[in-house]
Amino acid sequence: MTVVAMKNVPDTSRPVGSAPVKTAVIIPPVEAPPPRRVSRIEAASQRFGRVLLPPLIGLALFVLVWALLANSSSGLPGPVKTWQSAVEVFSDPFYDNGPNDKGIGWNILSSLERVGIGFGLAALIGIPLGFVIGRVTFINGMLSPIISLLRPVSPLAWLPIGLLVFKQADPAAIWVIFISSIWPMIINTAVGVGKIPQDYLNVARVLNLSEWKILTKILLPATMPYVMTGVRLSIGVAWLVIVAAEMLTGGVGLGFWVWDEWNNLNVEHIIIAIFVVGVIGLLLEQMLMLLARRFNY
Amino acid sequence: MKYVQIENVQMVFDTRSGRYIALQDINLSINQGEFVSIIGHSGCGKSTLLNLVAGLIDVTGGVLLCAGREIAGPGPDRAVVFQNHSLLPWLTCADNVYLAVERVFGGKESKAALKRRVAEALELVGLSHAAHKLPQEISGGMKQRVGIARALSMQPDVLLLDEPFGALDALTRATLQDSLMEIHAGLRNTVIMVTHDVDEAVLLSDRIVMMTNGPAATVGEVLDIGLRRPRNRVDLANNVDYNRYRSEVLKFLYERQKRQVA
Repeated sequence: MTVVAMKNVPDTSRPVGSAPVKTAVIIPPVEAPPPRRVSRIEAASQRFGRVLLPPLIGLALFVLVWALLANSSSGLPGPVKTWQSAVEVFSDPFYDNGPNDKGIGWNILSSLERVGIGFGLAALIGIPLGFVIGRVTFINGMLSPIISLLRPVSPLAWLPIGLLVFKQADPAAIWVIFISSIWPMIINTAVGVGKIPQDYLNVARVLNLSEWKILTKILLPATMPYVMTGVRLSIGVAWLVIVAAEMLTGGVGLGFWVWDEWNNLNVEHIIIAIFVVGVIGLLLEQMLMLLARRFNY
Repeated sequence: MKYVQIENVQMVFDTRSGRYIALQDINLSINQGEFVSIIGHSGCGKSTLLNLVAGLIDVTGGVLLCAGREIAGPGPDRAVVFQNHSLLPWLTCADNVYLAVERVFGGKESKAALKRRVAEALELVGLSHAAHKLPQEISGGMKQRVGIARALSMQPDVLLLDEPFGALDALTRATLQDSLMEIHAGLRNTVIMVTHDVDEAVLLSDRIVMMTNGPAATVGEVLDIGLRRPRNRVDLANNVDYNRYRSEVLKFLYERQKRQVA
């Protein structure tokens, strides 16, 4: 391509017709280089390298360390043995050979049920209570010392009280879930109500909204992100506590299963249970994250 | 006819470092249909004065009257447009306006009539097309328009504007000022606007209230703007009167009330 200097036309890309061209030079239109075509395979492999490769390497290393540890110890089963056992356990998850021998599916479902009931009750009471605490200074003053006192108590310390009151193992386990998962919801909701921007409350005052409208149109939506954080923390705690509670109360459930397999010295099953608890906890967390995104303004 | 009356108003705030007298001896009467601007350096309490008229804060001395009645709290007869639009981000533009309409007219009108009021208010500010968008999906100027639509939809006797265009770029601001002039010409409602923009004050107002610096700020001077309406910003640029008004406000702000540089 030839470019002839034109003294009074600084911008050579200007269309010829509009430019005050003195020396008649026609510049051939610059041919744009063809866009580099990134093949889809290339893009996919790049994404694989960035997103999937690191966790895969991490997992592989984890399994490797596990295998090495298992090799040098007598009791701990290695990854292969555990995998074989897991295939066996999951091939028939819903068998039922009496109260002390049920499939893993039943155990998972019972644990989820207890967490669901305990956590559900906690949400039902904790979120409205958080609203009241956040909205009414007097009640906040009344309840905050009690909450500060009870919140740090280890969840299992509540179990004897539950057994004493309910005289049964199952409600006692649910009680433990309830009492340990209620605090994050109360506290986060109360904080959320306190953090509502003054602007929104001014709007409410200028428009002279009723208390009901303030609640449904301003307080609830504005605190939703905080409430969702509380819910997420709570369900984390609930799932954390369920294994310990079920170990003590017995019955059907992942915690009881772990304890039972310890008594049977079936260590593969204990490891399987650990993974199952981890995976379900992760799924619960992810589900709530998705739900929380819905309330991000 | 005197519509808003501010008599011997004093506003004292109790702060951590003791009593702070924000406003003192404020006397001002505003006629029905009048467009009044309150101008002054930042911190002179002009927003406080507007909040007093809005009823968002309670006065500590003196009396504020609106239509002959004492102002004892916020009311739908005095609508406020906030500087930062204050739209609820989880409601669409139409729903934001509906919230106001429903409160004022919900008792006596059908749902369809309320919806019609919302549509009319949005049309007045030229935003019919954005009715179903969320505030985050529209520009800053459009949000401020929705804020104005929300205030106008209540058919307030007094429209209170707290630096309504302060956060906008110059071009958007000019467009919105023109819209506001048109709306005011059409509805003839009483407007009180707080601003720190001299051109805005001269262009829009019938009267400019100039406030002295705080603490204990008060009304320094009141300037009547005798420019004929409708006003056109381009024509006024070379208007002798316009420039005289403008320089009078500037002289007040930058000579008589020169702000100590901290």
